[in-house]
Amino acid sequence: MAEAHDLKVIGTRPVRPDGVEKVTGRANFGADLQLPGMIHGKVLRSPYAHARIKSVDVSGALAMEGVLAAVSRSDFPEETDDLGRNVIARDKVLYHGHAVAAVAATTQLLAEQALDAIKVDYDVLAPVLSIDQAIADGATLVNEQMHTNGDASQPASNIAAITKFERGDPEKGFAEADVVVEGEFRVPMAHQGYIEPHACTATINEEGKITVWCSTQGHFDVRTQTAAILGTSISKIKVIASEIGGGFGGKLSVYLEPLAVKLSELSNRPVRMVMNREEVFRATGPTSATWCKAKVAAKKDGTITAATAWLAYEAGAFPGAPVGPGCMSVLAPYDLENFSIEGIDVLVNKPKVAAYRAPGAPQAMHAMECVIDDLARELGMDPIDLRLKNAADEGTQAPYGPKFPAIGLKACLEAAKAHPNYTAPVPEGCGRGVACGFWFNIGMQSSAEVLIREDGTVIINEGSPDIGGSRASMCLMAAETLGIPYDRINAHVADTESTGYCNMTGGSRTTFATGMAVVQACEDIIAQCKERAAMTWDIDADQVDWDDGQAVPKPGVNADVDPLSLADIARTWGRTGGPILGRASVNAQGAGAGFSVNWTDLAVDRETGKVDVKAYTAIQDAGRAIHPAYVEGQMQGGAAQGLGWALNEEYIYDDNGVMENAGFLDYRVPVASDLPMIDTQIVEVPNPTHPYGVRGVGETPITAPLAATSNAVRDALGFRVSELPMSPPRLLEAIDSQEG
Amino acid sequence: MGDYAYAAPTSLEEALSVLESQANDGQRTQILAGGTDVLVQMRSVDKEPRTLVDIKHIAETNELSIGADEIFIGAAIPSAALNENDELKGLLPGLIEAADLIGSTQIQGRATIGGNLCNSSPAGDTIPALVVVSAVCVIASPGGSREVAVGDFVTGVGQNCLASNEILLGLKIPRPRNNSADAYLRFIPRTEMDIAVAGAGVALTLDDGGTCTSARVAIGAVAPTVRLVEAASAALVGTKVDDDALSAASAACSDAASPITDKRGTVEYRKKVVGVLCKRAGGIARDRASS
Repeated sequence: MAEAHDLKVIGTRPVRPDGVEKVTGRANFGADLQLPGMIHGKVLRSPYAHARIKSVDVSGALAMEGVLAAVSRSDFPEETDDLGRNVIARDKVLYHGHAVAAVAATTQLLAEQALDAIKVDYDVLAPVLSIDQAIADGATLVNEQMHTNGDASQPASNIAAITKFERGDPEKGFAEADVVVEGEFRVPMAHQGYIEPHACTATINEEGKITVWCSTQGHFDVRTQTAAILGTSISKIKVIASEIGGGFGGKLSVYLEPLAVKLSELSNRPVRMVMNREEVFRATGPTSATWCKAKVAAKKDGTITAATAWLAYEAGAFPGAPVGPGCMSVLAPYDLENFSIEGIDVLVNKPKVAAYRAPGAPQAMHAMECVIDDLARELGMDPIDLRLKNAADEGTQAPYGPKFPAIGLKACLEAAKAHPNYTAPVPEGCGRGVACGFWFNIGMQSSAEVLIREDGTVIINEGSPDIGGSRASMCLMAAETLGIPYDRINAHVADTESTGYCNMTGGSRTTFATGMAVVQACEDIIAQCKERAAMTWDIDADQVDWDDGQAVPKPGVNADVDPLSLADIARTWGRTGGPILGRASVNAQGAGAGFSVNWTDLAVDRETGKVDVKAYTAIQDAGRAIHPAYVEGQMQGGAAQGLGWALNEEYIYDDNGVMENAGFLDYRVPVASDLPMIDTQIVEVPNPTHPYGVRGVGETPITAPLAATSNAVRDALGFRVSELPMSPPRLLEAIDSQEG
Repeated sequence: MGDYAYAAPTSLEEALSVLESQANDGQRTQILAGGTDVLVQMRSVDKEPRTLVDIKHIAETNELSIGADEIFIGAAIPSAALNENDELKGLLPGLIEAADLIGSTQIQGRATIGGNLCNSSPAGDTIPALVVVSAVCVIASPGGSREVAVGDFVTGVGQNCLASNEILLGLKIPRPRNNSADAYLRFIPRTEMDIAVAGAGVALTLDDGGTCTSARVAIGAVAPTVRLVEAASAALVGTKVDDDALSAASAACSDAASPITDKRGTVEYRKKVVGVLCKRAGGIARDRASS
């Protein structure tokens, strides 16, 4: 692997290629496509959180002038999976806002009005609205056919699955300890907060060929999911990813696309569907509300002897809460001999959860990092010293199985201890809270083609929708590999028929895995260029080197020739075998875990319960920062989202399961003035499996802020508030009850 | 957005006649000043057709005057023009800070105090601030003009006494005497871009010795309409507006509040916080009046 000091382009901070169009508004997002004859689709949504559908009659809508199509469950194959049942309700509606029917009309307003003409007959059922209700004896069942872990010998249950990790003997560890600390914590459902609502346009031609334009993190997944729900072949569907206005995991599942395709088929028109903000909140995936218990024990010197965690996650209406990743993450920062972790995936009558940035980790790590903080307090140890004493390192066996290769947790902790923001005393009237963050990161499948223009400039075709500046990162890695300037390369996010298969942009995999494919495709180009040069010089290809963007004879090779640049080789390729294109595909292994340390200083207004965040610092191991400004942006963004979740964000439901704050006015993400400057420090412990040492950096940043904020409030108030968000009314109530 | 027609009359007479003729035809009209509430509502919740009558091209609604006895703020004056007027900020710092709390800088280029008042939300920030400085609404009617105290203008949640053939021309405010000042504070969980969970305005006059000779205290977002809290005023008059007096005024505000529990806060929370805001705003008004 190249050492940092050998790198010429990686580590610089050029302007991203998609930046200007996004700033000027010229970029095309999901709702921007206009096609001749295009009409507008809208969804009829359930007014109940739980009800049996007796009948759906769309004929009233179809009778309206200008309404060109209407669909309901009977228009889709009966055999389907949970995703299909989420896109259009079948026997039951399972949450308020669940799609029941859809119409397409010549105007948006007409489509909205047509929804009123659809008749749905419901048998209303009692909703299950919390983990406590769902797991209570005799609870109403969200899905009468569901058995825990698929074990039909047991009665049906709202618990879809139980996950367990265990090692050593936790009881023995607790018995040996000098100090035992435990706590119980609740974290609310939270929205990813992407600004662009879900949107798509679909059209189908006379031969049955479907084209879908949409805002997505994975257009290949849209193709797979849409084909499955419609009961058609993926070969019939082309998906084009628009620019995307944020996703954070929320744009990995389809909601509208199969409906738009069906409406297009029935109306013989292109159909556009755009959710409003309220629909985004009511009917698309947030992340789980959780109830977590954590317990940890240590010797007087700080050696942790045992830890246990019990994690209950709301899945929403269908199985699939991110409790598995929660179990993987909850103790990942620590090198432990004795632990047990149990997680349960619980159905409730709320929208099906979706991924949200390190899905499942922030909630579980909040619980454990709060308890670790309490342990430090009990032991009278600095919270960073306690973590250093027990920190996972190269060779530590992760709680979920594998041994860590080189990781950067200790480097982050050491950097925190030495950081001026940490050595500075806590400001008067403030509390300080520290927490560790972790995300395992993933690799998966990516493809890349590198095309050379006849002037020697370069096009990268790949299939990862660009959310966080990945086109810039691809161009940087290609420029470094090829030895040419950044501005001679374009990266293009190609549609499903114009590049090789690619998994979604998620799991912090893009710069790692798609980057690996791009680097290998550039190496393919270099190999071919060496052959062309060898042909031109009439020597063997293994006598040619690629040095600083040029083919040169190897030292000692007797050839009196000038070096050949990519442009030189392109100019004469007609004589050496024709155009040059490189390609590579990977199923990337060894993503390399990401660790972080965060801390914040904040003050609490004891008369109003309002928290004023004064300072925030995030330190994270990036492996190698390809574009440091975008790594810092990820760290700052994760801190902002985490602070919002810790302090104000929550889904508020009434007793009927109707969300009361389905908009950004009352679902309070932080605004810029709510936040201090978020200081960042990138640590680089290169990932040995990536050609440039990259680790995923997108998700780790949200895993520490919840606990860092909780721990700072604990420090400021002198007592712990164990339920998030620590909104002003909740904090004031806690303060008042403490003060009696 | 629903269908709408747009009229931009250039005189008061023309504006009143548009309202009258539409009413006679049974057509709905809505007055448009900055549109920062109206346009959002038309796009989201109320898509029924209507005629928008833009009052920004009428001389009377664009008047901003600071006289020896009286200040007049036309209903079409955007709050940015108030925020940037140093003389006005010196005279009515509380009202101007209330206006400055509403919306972002861009929104303030359009938003008006008159519009905030006509929207008649229980949480409208300028309404308590207007009440404590004894502002009066100047209303143009077909038969002439009439005046209504701001405290009497709003009649319920989203409701006011403006008839469908009338236009709010502006607000008339007595010029504050020497040793007088106002202050307004609201509570929101964020730092901006939010709606008041509770709000409190205080206007005071002190004598040369620093004793309060008159006081008006009004609270917002804790009842269907703004409440002028006489007991809080009484707790301040005759005192040096010290901590004890402010605590008494604060308790009076908490007592006077009759809020609801909703997604923005509980009854208990709002009652407590409105008292805290009264105490803090009272302190600010006192310091301003004595400086």
